[in-house]
Amino acid sequence: MSELEANSPVLRRLIELCPNAVERTDERRGEDSARVRARQLESAMRALRDDEALDFKMLIDLTAVDWLDREPRFDVVYQLYSPEKKQRIRISVGVSESACELDSLVSVWPAANWLEREVWDLYGIRFEHHPDLRRILLYEEFEGHPLRKDYPKRRRQPLIDGAGGD
Amino acid sequence: MAHSPPTRSRSGRRRGSLGVEDLERDLHTSHRVLNMGPSHPATHGTVKFLIELDGEEIVDLDAQIGYLHRGFEKECESRSWYHVIPYTDRLNYSSAILCNLAFCLAVEKLIEVETPIRCQWLRVLSGEISRVADHLTRVGALCLELQAMTPFLYAVEAREVAWDLLEMLCGARVTSHYIRIGGIKHDMPQDFPNRCRPSLVKIRELLADYEAMMTRNRIFVDRLRDTGVLSKQDCIDYAVTGPLLRAAGVAMDLRKDDPYLTYDQIDFDVPIGQTGDNYDRYLVCIEEIRQSMRIVEQCLCQLEDLEPGPVDVSDPHVRLPAKARVFGHMEEMIQQFKSVADGPSVPAGEAYQAVESANGELGFYIVSDGTSSPVKVRCRAPSFFNMQPLPRMLKGALLADLIPTFDLVNMIGGECDR
Repeated sequence: MSELEANSPVLRRLIELCPNAVERTDERRGEDSARVRARQLESAMRALRDDEALDFKMLIDLTAVDWLDREPRFDVVYQLYSPEKKQRIRISVGVSESACELDSLVSVWPAANWLEREVWDLYGIRFEHHPDLRRILLYEEFEGHPLRKDYPKRRRQPLIDGAGGD
Repeated sequence: MAHSPPTRSRSGRRRGSLGVEDLERDLHTSHRVLNMGPSHPATHGTVKFLIELDGEEIVDLDAQIGYLHRGFEKECESRSWYHVIPYTDRLNYSSAILCNLAFCLAVEKLIEVETPIRCQWLRVLSGEISRVADHLTRVGALCLELQAMTPFLYAVEAREVAWDLLEMLCGARVTSHYIRIGGIKHDMPQDFPNRCRPSLVKIRELLADYEAMMTRNRIFVDRLRDTGVLSKQDCIDYAVTGPLLRAAGVAMDLRKDDPYLTYDQIDFDVPIGQTGDNYDRYLVCIEEIRQSMRIVEQCLCQLEDLEPGPVDVSDPHVRLPAKARVFGHMEEMIQQFKSVADGPSVPAGEAYQAVESANGELGFYIVSDGTSSPVKVRCRAPSFFNMQPLPRMLKGALLADLIPTFDLVNMIGGECDR
């Protein structure tokens, strides 16, 4: 993994700490971002949170992107922030459609709880060891995961049709 | 549900025969689950709480959000970049301009354009008036929900003055749609500074009257002091931002920490609290209203000193043409159609941009594949994050404490549920 190079001190430190976890890095538009292997996700995230120079104490955001015809189909994207060091990093990890599963980070940042529920709700990606993986924005009877690109925008839901909706 | 039902039957006992030992006897009441909402007169926000109660005490709480989910992100993926802006108005409808701003700054970051200085000052100006209106709504509704109608009317009258200013600036009061990709809708009217200054005086007067009624009011202070406490560590663990985080003593404000637009040239203070309770949140919001008005005054001075100039970037592929020319010139008319139908050309890539909104960090993470529609528009809604630790704020508290706590969390359904 020695071919990985980065200018930003944050990315250099991350590569130094987890050389096997980082797949590639990107610094375009002044934003540090790193692609991380799914298997090392949790250990890399713990390093990002606990290392003194990195200090990413806040999980600012967590979402997913669906690239329908690509393999792996989904990216799960984490935005981290350090309120002390005032620095940001974006971590992304690929999730294939067949597995559709990732380790939960609720034990690293409690903020991940609702965020992972939302990604499960809207993209159908399961988070292993999540304490309470329920739908959050939609209701239990909802069929499908609407932010997937193959979910048609105008699909009707049985509960709504059954209730005599137009 | 840990207690067993009372074993002694009371049937056959004569009324009035209770002894002293009966008064001290534990009655073994069972826990009761209360459904509150989704539409409750004492909460300004559509949300349902499932509350497990032991008497009046909250044992556990599940906040069920999503009642205002309109599929914002799904809808954006089939629209052009310009079409997204009116939807952002409807996220946090208390401060729509700040939502416009966060989205447009994210798109501009992806395109890599910078707007002219005059535009930046006007963006700060309109954003801060918006913040004043948002905070006034929050502290006003707080009184209303604590059954104090009069101070609510003072706050709402002050908000009307702020909305009048926004109307003067952009023609709309609530869903303003003022900030555009690569610019703003139009420059301010020439007499705006002269009409704005007396309005600020009026808002200050109303705020002083409001504060005279509330800030040292014994009943009000008793309802807020030491209720809904969230520690500094909990705030950081749950990524809580904005006035809630500052009330817990962390001076995090993106306008200072990562200055965008012209905030690095503006003199203003970031108020912080000590305990992270509802009263500190209230005080932080009141002080932020004052600080925002200071910023507005500085913007007015700067704008008066600036030479008249463009408020949009010059690249016609990015901005919409000036409306005045669209109706009289063929080129601009064609450009208007092209821009609205296809939108600006946004290169493939991704960007995240956050602003300090009235509720905290409001960010947009956008992904483009170079076509006219976004692949992904993600709104990092501060309300969503601030709502998550609500059970931590309220476990062991009285049911009545839920009202001021939920109010000062200021969940805006449109933003939280998207």
